[in-house]
Amino acid sequence: MAKKTNWVATLLIAVGALFILFPLYMTVSIALKTPEELADSVLSLPVGLHVENFAKAIEATNFFQAFKNSAFITVTTVVLTIITNSMVAYAIARNMHRKFFRFLYYYFVSALFIPFPIIMLPIVKQTSAFGMNNPSGLVFLYVVYGIAFNIFIYVGYIRSIPKELEEAAIMDGCSTWGVFWRVVFPLMAPINATVAILTCLWAWNDFLLPLIVLSDQSDMTLPLVQYVFQSKFGTDYNLAFASYLMALSPMIIVYLFAQKWIIGGVTRGAIK
Amino acid sequence: MTVPAVVLFAVFHTFPALQGIFYSFTNWDGLSLTYDFVGLKNYYYLFRDENVWHSYLFTFQFAIVSTVLVNVLSLAIVIGLNEKIKFKNFFRAVYFLPNVLSVLIVGYIFNYLFANVLPLWGEKLGIEALSTNILGSEKWAWVGIVIVAVWQACALNTILYLAGLQTVPSELYEASSLDGASKWQNFRHITFPMIAPFFTINMVLAMKNFLMVFDQVVALTGGGPGRATESISLLIYNGGFQGGEFAYQSANSVIYFIVIMAVSILQIKFLQKREVDM
Repeated sequence: MAKKTNWVATLLIAVGALFILFPLYMTVSIALKTPEELADSVLSLPVGLHVENFAKAIEATNFFQAFKNSAFITVTTVVLTIITNSMVAYAIARNMHRKFFRFLYYYFVSALFIPFPIIMLPIVKQTSAFGMNNPSGLVFLYVVYGIAFNIFIYVGYIRSIPKELEEAAIMDGCSTWGVFWRVVFPLMAPINATVAILTCLWAWNDFLLPLIVLSDQSDMTLPLVQYVFQSKFGTDYNLAFASYLMALSPMIIVYLFAQKWIIGGVTRGAIK
Repeated sequence: MTVPAVVLFAVFHTFPALQGIFYSFTNWDGLSLTYDFVGLKNYYYLFRDENVWHSYLFTFQFAIVSTVLVNVLSLAIVIGLNEKIKFKNFFRAVYFLPNVLSVLIVGYIFNYLFANVLPLWGEKLGIEALSTNILGSEKWAWVGIVIVAVWQACALNTILYLAGLQTVPSELYEASSLDGASKWQNFRHITFPMIAPFFTINMVLAMKNFLMVFDQVVALTGGGPGRATESISLLIYNGGFQGGEFAYQSANSVIYFIVIMAVSILQIKFLQKREVDM
């Protein structure tokens, strides 16, 4: 392979990167401009920092409430998913020689092929009948629905962990519970990270499930708030973009810090 | 731990899915206390419903074009990123960024771009095609949705292809450079065949995701103008929740399920055969 820097490729990649970054630049600059500045030119840098757009957007969308809901849903979903799904996967992975568990594996994994719209209509009836049309109900659904995909990637990973370690622990008098928490769970750190990242992105950005499940205005998540906001304040773009930026930035910040990890996690998660 | 998981999954996933199939044989509107069995009537009417046909046509048109574009672009990006270029890690991070953003909000941002920015530039530059909002055009609105979907979906496919490239042994390239192979020959005869399994995954994943398009459509056109960009999931959502067509759209989602299944299986069969041949 060529040892010299390939400038043509660098240039092409840079041009491509501009296409990615331009809409984001536009978002930040519009969020910081006044309507007059925006009317003058979309591209120009904002003159002053008009943070009042953010203040207004926070008020108009009840941002902190929505942020709290999104954060609650995402964090609890991730924690519960890691704890419960890894245990179920462990039980299945170590008992695959038994018919019942093999059946369970295929049962969960085959659910991956079922498109959401087929359960969408009945699940709304069900959640409202059970009083689950709130953030806690949503968390519950995320944890349960995540099983299909998570079992798939967890089981593949657990089967690559040598059994001898667990056997040794049992010889030393460890219970199954102890084996899982003290031996297996720590060994699963990389795959737990993968599952955590994918679950986090899903729960934070999801729009359709909160849209149909949540009924109370005060329970709304960040994407949902943008949806409602859009129909109410359609033309105040500075306000709208300030609000978009605030909804996007938590994940962007997480991404900036955990970037390598996230890319690695997604690769591992999606290939298995 | 396993038993409760199975029970919960059965109650909240399998049961609603079966319920959906069950309702598809009734005439329930979703609200009334009673309903009757109507057999296959819903299915019969589905086949005669122009809106349904149209939503399938739009969704497939959108999904096929987007799938091809995403895979071609991601492959090109990956080849570029794998060359010896400056700021490699920075660019890699940039190309993956869209994947962490909310689809809905990305849709709103592009909506503004299509509605306000591009027409302005089109007028200034005197380009006729750009000077109107394409999202408002019955003929071209779907292109806008393709652009946004592709902009975002390239991120995931690029990363997967990058992972695929790591599996190609570098000796192969060394051998081919001794034989004096060109870059294109390298790609055609080494890179592409070696990452064939990743090509399969990417094609199937992309197609499946695009067939379920919802958020982008809601953010960009809401299904309009008219019903020009009403995707299948949007039609099921609108008809099922707001149009009193609960049972009817349940039947639609059963068909939808079968269609997605069939497409995925066909794709896997076809593409895996290709893998072996190479």
